[in-house]
Order: sequence, then structure tokens, then C-alpha cells
Amino acid sequence: MLVPITWMEEYVPGGVGKEDVAERMTLSGSNVEGVKTYGDGSVTGVVLGRLDDVWPHPDSDHLLLCKAEVGADEAVQIVTGAANVKKGDYVPVAMHGAVLPGGLKIKKGKLRGEVSDGMLCSAQELGFSDKVVPLACKDGIWILPEEARQTAMLGKDIFEVLGLVNVQVIEFEITPNRPDCLSVHGLAAEYAAVYDLPLDLVGMGAKDDTPSSTRPQAAENHIKVSIAKPEHCSRYIARIAEDIVIKESPWWLQKKLMLSGMRPINNIVDITNYVMLELGNPIHAFDIRQLAGGEINVDTAKAGEKFTTLDGVDRTLYEDTLLIKDGERGVAIAGVMGGLNSEITDDTKTILIEAASFSKDSVRRTSKKLGIRTEASSRFEKGVPADLPKMAADRVCQLIELTGAGTAVAGMADCYPVPQERMEIMVRASRVNAVLGTSLSADEIAGVLARLGIGTEICEGGALKASPPLTRIDLLEEIDIIEEVARIYGYDRLGTTIHADEAEASMSKSWELRSILRDTLAGLGLSEIQTYSFVSPSGIALIGADRDADKAAFVKLINPLGEENSVMRTTLLPSLVEALARNYNHMAKDCRIFEVGNTFKNHINEEGLPTEALSLCAGGYGDAAGFYFFKGCIEHMFKKFGLGEPVFEPISDNDTFHPGRCALVKDAAGALYGVVGELHPDVLSRFDIPERICCFELDYDMLAKNADTHRVYAPLPKYPAILRDIALIADNETPVGKLLEIIKQRGGKILEHAELFDVYRGKQVPEGKKSLAFGLTFRDKDKTLTDEDAAKAMAKILKGLADEAGAALRDV
Amino acid sequence: MKTPEEIFAEAKALVESADTPAAVEELRIRYLGKKGEVTALLKSMGGLAPEERKSFGMQANKLKQDVEALLEAKQGVLAEAGQGLRLAAERIDVTEPGRIYEPGTKHMITITMDEISGIFMRLGYSITEGPEVETVFNNFDALNAAPDHPSRDMSDTFYITEDTLLRTHTSPVQVRTLMSQEPPIKVISPGRCFRTDTPDATHSPMFHQVEGLLVDEGVTMADLKGTLDLFAKRMFGEEMRTRFRPHFFPFTEPSAEVDVSCFVCGGSAPSCRVCRGSGWIEILGCGMVHPNVLKVGGLDTDRYTGFAFGMGVERIAMLKHGIDDIRLFYENDIRFIGQFY
Repeated sequence: MLVPITWMEEYVPGGVGKEDVAERMTLSGSNVEGVKTYGDGSVTGVVLGRLDDVWPHPDSDHLLLCKAEVGADEAVQIVTGAANVKKGDYVPVAMHGAVLPGGLKIKKGKLRGEVSDGMLCSAQELGFSDKVVPLACKDGIWILPEEARQTAMLGKDIFEVLGLVNVQVIEFEITPNRPDCLSVHGLAAEYAAVYDLPLDLVGMGAKDDTPSSTRPQAAENHIKVSIAKPEHCSRYIARIAEDIVIKESPWWLQKKLMLSGMRPINNIVDITNYVMLELGNPIHAFDIRQLAGGEINVDTAKAGEKFTTLDGVDRTLYEDTLLIKDGERGVAIAGVMGGLNSEITDDTKTILIEAASFSKDSVRRTSKKLGIRTEASSRFEKGVPADLPKMAADRVCQLIELTGAGTAVAGMADCYPVPQERMEIMVRASRVNAVLGTSLSADEIAGVLARLGIGTEICEGGALKASPPLTRIDLLEEIDIIEEVARIYGYDRLGTTIHADEAEASMSKSWELRSILRDTLAGLGLSEIQTYSFVSPSGIALIGADRDADKAAFVKLINPLGEENSVMRTTLLPSLVEALARNYNHMAKDCRIFEVGNTFKNHINEEGLPTEALSLCAGGYGDAAGFYFFKGCIEHMFKKFGLGEPVFEPISDNDTFHPGRCALVKDAAGALYGVVGELHPDVLSRFDIPERICCFELDYDMLAKNADTHRVYAPLPKYPAILRDIALIADNETPVGKLLEIIKQRGGKILEHAELFDVYRGKQVPEGKKSLAFGLTFRDKDKTLTDEDAAKAMAKILKGLADEAGAALRDV
Repeated sequence: MKTPEEIFAEAKALVESADTPAAVEELRIRYLGKKGEVTALLKSMGGLAPEERKSFGMQANKLKQDVEALLEAKQGVLAEAGQGLRLAAERIDVTEPGRIYEPGTKHMITITMDEISGIFMRLGYSITEGPEVETVFNNFDALNAAPDHPSRDMSDTFYITEDTLLRTHTSPVQVRTLMSQEPPIKVISPGRCFRTDTPDATHSPMFHQVEGLLVDEGVTMADLKGTLDLFAKRMFGEEMRTRFRPHFFPFTEPSAEVDVSCFVCGGSAPSCRVCRGSGWIEILGCGMVHPNVLKVGGLDTDRYTGFAFGMGVERIAMLKHGIDDIRLFYENDIRFIGQFY
């Protein structure tokens, strides 16, 4: 909402020229988003000029030559490219040496052989935006309005001539609960409250008692108004003005509209817009010649009814579209847009002025269904109190007479089925203080509320009966009034304390372990990523998992931004691989990443919501990101979470992974946690990655649920260990896991530890075989082992390896 | 036969000129070995008359001690020099780069969320989480949002069905908590939120919030101010000031937006890109829990009051670390992620 400060000040006579207005308004809830100053002195040397002659440039078919009278100085010759100037026009002239916005300097010069001693200016060049410049001047020079057409003013600074010196306009951010502040009047009321000054609606008195000489018949006898749908229209007022002469509005009115962000059109449209800005009540004017039967009825349309709005668009209405009808047909879509059939035209003589209060819901629904958003509809959507239309209709009539646009007919047709009454809200001083942490008395509270025009009556027991102005449709209950007290008393004057309690922070095991997990994985060299929860349904096909029913059980969005964000993810893997691909394309030479986040399954729970489960996904490419790196990460995590040693079970039927480089991840009890592997070459080619990628995805919820991070001390050994290394020759296909199992089983109680420390294929090892070196640690916790004890165990182990796996000691 | 003096003079000269430990050892053998000159001298004492033997013995023993001392001193000098040489040969280039196994980094969102959560946890707030797919009831109805509130539109909110949606804020966790716990309630809730914004430098259809809720007897707006002022100081620096501006949220009343003094320009530099000369940066929204919301939890609104607040994690991370494009958070470029150790 753009408001010139001076306009706001008109209603607060004591408040002119407050320096801190932007800050004080912000701190009371009318947030100032910016202040724009017109005529701030940055544009200089532009004066009022009159074009005493205009003729075509002899050497151009689109340039014009003008002789501009600029007062005391000699008339100047100026070349212009604008087509909208003619002899006799008053225009802004930038003289030699003038400075325009952006520091542009105007200099004498020649254009195609003709002297140009300055420049004619557009309204935009004086600081106005395209959307407020009168249409006739939008694409050319600003042809100045009547008030500026004065010989005596020629040569004077244009900002002085137009009354635009240092004019400040505030842009307010108005919250949706304050439709009253979508008006100068509403903001002036805030301004008055902030500075504790009286609000004065001077000059807005109605003129409906003025007898009309030309039409003795009062308006209510001339037009009949009825409301067939009172639930959608709480009040409808019609007034009549005659002897209308459609012309340009006076400059003071145009100026206020332009400063407030609206384009001047003609006097009648401008006055209706002016009153909308001033009071917040959208106004519509009909050409009364076009209204059949001298009547107005507010009713809904028939489904499928055709109607042409004044923008010339043919619309099809719905059965709930609220329509203003005359005796025969629809003439306006209530609160949204008027009809072409009853529009004001240049020869309109008598108008009907509509000031009404349509319901929020109706206007909102209609505006949405028909796809029309107007200044009027956006205000009605937020609520226009039923008290406003009378003041608004009177104000329109007053301005019509004041500006010589026509004559108002006395009286009005006012259909107001249930007159609005002031609310009475009980407010306990104790409650005010309990919420705000203050110790205000009922009198003090009443004093604060009075500044907002909220009447109060102090009752027994420190309570108040508060009655807000009818324009404050947002004030309905005690807490609303408490907020008003806080705002005007000042948030900055409230205390700054900390509530005393004995609460102790806690968190879920899942949350706590996620934090440990992230640190653990980062320590292992993986970086965390965050990808969107909504993904493309085609992602699972890219990873070859489109036949996996679980992964295809998507939770779908009704209104996604696009196909690529249209379903909730069932796996983190496609997004992770995509992130790897992106980094690969950015020339990252190696990359290891992980994500822990929600996946969604289309299994509806008792709340009616899809199931959400946390998943942990990691992957990477490059030197240190092979299968065994990620396997090692899993082993480390299992250790960290006290889950025992994971079991890796080779599988070759998962289309996402390389059939020879993939394993299911289980715990010792056989519970499945997920899968680890190298991506299948087909998957890699779909992502266009020429590198091998390894990754895993695990069920995080299960990891967290089964985790046991409690540690019990194991006594340090008292007796020495005996270390033995063995080198074996085994078939290539014999899994190391199987050999270790045999070693552990045959080694018995005294085998404390066994590990693989070397794998070798090549020279000195027969084709189809591999050489494996294991380090074994033997120890007895109760006595010192002898070499014989170890030798016995070794013999058993070797026999087992030979019998069960055909693995033999390697001859060295 | 040489006199002890002659032997000593000769030994001294030889020891001085010896320049390796081996040469010194050779001299030790030559003089003090079984067949060494000093040893021989000592052995020769047997042939002397008893009266001569005493004084000769003293001389010979002194000679032995002196030669030993000479050798030992030289050996020490040579050892020291030898270590010096070895150390000199072992010099390394300390300007070569250090070598570690490169650790990974947590995501900026996690880092910021943990920092915010940490501050409130130290104040006794527990962490609670809620689902990303929510009911319309929890996301809007229970939070006092008017039936025609524009944020309910399909143009603002992602819907799954007519009754379920992607939560537009973390506030539904307030509802869940109020319905499942008795006061005192003191929780924060970090998590993902969604709105139908097309991604650009300042908008993202997915973002993160941290929500806070305190409901107890005697909670006032002054407590809200004190708590958030403390938060701002912990998060942005002890010298920071805060200001509370009245605002509107359906689920709190009175409501406020909180600004922190501009930590980028430090005051109100007219050219400041962040505060645009105002000296203030908006960081969060808050307010006293609306009685209608407390009623959803079945609470006696005369007995209990509470406050709630919510902040955008991306916004705070962007402000604090000078990040100028919100899309960076979700592009997952390792060159971005890796900057935040």
C-alpha cells in the first residue's frame, strides 16, 4: 500500500512533519517497506515550458521541431522524437545543463542539422512509474494538466509548479488481518494512535441533504435496490449524480492517485479510485441510461450465463457468481468487475454510484473461478465493513461536486438488511498483564485503547468493556484487544525476561544417532548432501528399480511444480547418483557423499498419512571410493552403533547393481538393513557417468532402533598372545568370508582374532587360484599358551581349510 | 722406554688429530688395550725397586686416567658432530603440503540447524519431530488459519489429497505436541517444509524451519522477548540487539517479527546489501500462542499461556555466512558443501 505522507497527515492535523514516522509506524505494526521521495533535488534544470510552435523536422520523418517558451529566457528550439506533442501544450523542458535520473546531463546539441537546446521530458523521467502515467502521455512527453497551464509559471522549476517538491510516499506492508489499513483513512487512524493525536475526518461530511434544483426527486425514489442474497451482500447503497461531464481530473486528484500507484483515467473513474484508496471501499459507477427498469438487484447468476466484463472479455458465470442485475440482466460481477453493457462513456450524463459490502467468500470464490483479480476484488476478499458504504457514497458525491464533474442528487437507496452494531468485548486487565508481562491498570489500558478509537467502559473487578470502531472487523475477542494494547503501548516497552522452569532438554534416539552418524561418516571422508523430498517418478527407472513394487508405490502430489518434482521419494539413491553426476561434470576428481532423509511409502497409517521412513544413502567415485571402502563404512557404522559384525551376502539379481559386485547387508541375526554395491554399467550409462560408482542404501530407522551404544569394559589380557601368519592357495571362487569362518570355527576358544592381510594373484600362483595371507592371534585368558598349543590349533585350522574349502598352505 | 710425559704428549697429539670414532678406538687400543703402551708401562712397574714403585705407580695411573679422559672427550666431540651431520642430512622441506586423509563435511543446513537447536537445548528445549506429509487439520485448521486463508490455495501449498499436504511450516508439530503432552511443554522442532515457490535466488520449494513452543503457567510476552533476544545474541554475537515488530500470524496473538541489528554493515550503511540501510535484518516470526490453538490441545487457556516462534534455517545460514543464492543448498556441489568445515 503506497501512501503519500501528506495525504495521511490531512486527517491528523496535529501530526504534520513527524521525522520518525516510518520507524514509529513500523514498530506499531504497519511495516514500512520503503520510502520514495519525489522531487528530492536529484533532478535539476527541468522547467515549465509551452510549445508555441511545432513543425516537422525537415530532414526526418519521425522527429519534430518545437519552439518552447520558457519564461524570461528566450524561447528555445528543441528536437523531439515524441509524437504526442502539439502547439499550445505545456510540457516539462529540461534546459541545457539539466540533470535527469541516473545523472544524465542534458546538453545543447544538433540533431540532423537542427539545433536542439534541451529536451522535452516524460513523466517517467520525473520519477513516475509506467503504470501510473496517464495513457495519453505514457509513450511520449508529459502533457501537463490544466492547473499547470499558466503563462506566469513558465520557466519555473517543474517540481514547484506541480507541487512535487520533496513529496514522500511510504510503501506499507499490510498484514491480512488489517483490511482497514488498505486505506489512507485506516493508516491515518494508526498514525493518530501512534502519536496519540486526534483523528479528524474533516471535509468528508456528506452532502445528501443538499436539495437538488434540477431533480427534485430524491435518489431513493428514482432507483430501487434489493438484495436477494443477503448472505453475500450485507449492504448496497446507490446514489445518483447527474449533469456529468467526463473530462480530466484536477491535478491535485491526479497527483494523489499517481503517488499512490494508480493511473488517472478520467474524473469519474478517478474519483471512485480516490475514494477506494481513501476509505477502502471499492466503488462502481454505472451509466444510468443502460440500467433497465430503474432497479438494482444483488443476486446470483445462472450457471453458464454469459457476461461481458468491461475489459471486453466474454465470461461464463457459475451459479454462485454474485451478480448485480438491473430489471433485466446482469450489469456487473459483484465486487470484481463491471459489465461492458453499463460502462461509463464519454457522453454519459447521469451515473449510478454503487457503494456496497460484498462478502469475502463470495468475491474470493468468484475472482478465483473466473480468474479476475482487480483492486476491488482484492479489497473485498479481505473484508469491507458494512459501515463504510454510506461514507464512501457520500464522499464520491462530494468530490463530484467539488471537482465540477456533475451534480449529486439528494438522498440514497440504501439496502442494509441487518445494520452492523459495535462489538462489545470483555477484557480483563489481569489477563492483559498475564499475557504481556505488564502491570497496567484498567485505566491505563483504557487510555491506550482510546488512542485507537476503541471505546471502553470500566467494569467491576478490573475488567473493561471494549467497543472498537466498526471499521476494525478484525477485533472480535479478548486476545485481539490485548494485541492492540501491546502494539500501541509498545512492544519495546515490554520486559525482557526468561521463563523460569525446570525443563531438561531431551531428544529421540533417532535424532541423537543421526548426529553421531553424520559426524562418523564425515570423519570417514563423506560429505553430506540434501536433496528434494519430491522427485521425478522416472528416477527409479534410471537406477533400474522400476520393477520394484515398493519403490514404485509413490505418494503423488496433486499440484507439483513439474513432473521432475511430482512424487515423494521412495529411495534416496537416484538423487544421490544425480548429485554424483553433477559433481563429476564439474570436474570433481573424486567425490564421496551421503544423505540421511525421509522416504515415503504409499501405505496409509491410522492418521491418514503415508508412512515415512528415514533412509541412509551413500556413494562415490574416485580413488578411495571402491566397493570395499563403502563396505568398510558399513562395518564401522555397525561397530559404532553396537550392531555386531554385519554379514554381506552376495546377490546378483538386483538390476541397480553390478551382478558380481553387490551384497545384501544383514546383521548376525539375519535382519536385512539394505544393500551395498557397485552400480550396474547400464545405470551408469543412463546417468552418463564414465566412472565406476559404488554406493549403499540402508534402513536408518532400523539402524537407530537396534543400536546399542553402551559399552562394557573387557578386561585387558593378562597372558601373552602367540601370533601366526598363514599363506594359503585357494580357488578364485572361494570366498574369503568362508575361509575366515572355517578358521574361526576350527581355531576354537584360543583363537582370539583372525584377519586377512594380503590377497595375491599372478606369478607363482597357478591360474584360477589366489594366494591369501591371514594373521592369527592365539591367546588363553587363563594361562600362558605354549607353542605346542598354538601348533595344535593351527593343524586343526589347516585341516579344516583343506577339507572344507580345498585351500592348502602355500609353499614358499 | 718413553716417559709417562712423553707418552701423554704423543697421545694428546694423536687424539687431537683423530677425526673418526674408529680412529679414536684405535688409539684407545694402542694406549689402553691389553698390549697398549700405558698398559705396558703399568706392567713394567713390577721390575722396580719398592721405593721407586710408589711414585712411578702414581705417575702411571695418572697417565692412564689422563689418556682415558682425552679419549672420552674426543669420543664425545666426535659423536656430537656425527649426530649433527646425520640430522643435517635428514632435513625435510616443511613447506611441502600436509597430508591427511581428507574428511568430509556436514551440510550447511545441518550445521545451522544443529547450531540453532543447540542454543535452545541449552535452555532446556527438547527436540521433537513431525512428518513432512501432514494433515490439512494439523497444518491449517488447528492453527487457527481461516478457511479462506490464501496460504491454503493450491497456488501456495502442495497437496497430496484433499486432506493431506506437504507441510508449509513446522508449526503442525506444535499441534501434535499440544495434543499429546501436558504442560509444561518446552520443545523445538526442526525440519523440512514446502511451498509452491519456483526456485530462484531467494525462493525454494523446499526449505527448513526450526519451530519453538513453550507452554506453561505464567509464560508472558516478556519471556518471549527475553528468550529470542538471548537466542539472537548467541547466534549472531553478544553485541547484537533485537527489535520486535507487531505482525500477523493466525496461530499467535500478539504476534511479532524479530529483527536483529545488522551484523553485516554493523549499523545502517545506506549501501548495505543486506539491511538496505535500515540497520535491521528480519530473522524470525513469533508470538503468544493463540487461545484457539491451546484449546486444540484441550488446555485451560486461563491457566496456561505460551509462546511460539519459527525461523527459516536457509535464511539464517545465508545471512550468517554471506550465501547469496538459496539454490546452492540443493545443488549439492561439493565445492559449496566442502567450504563449511
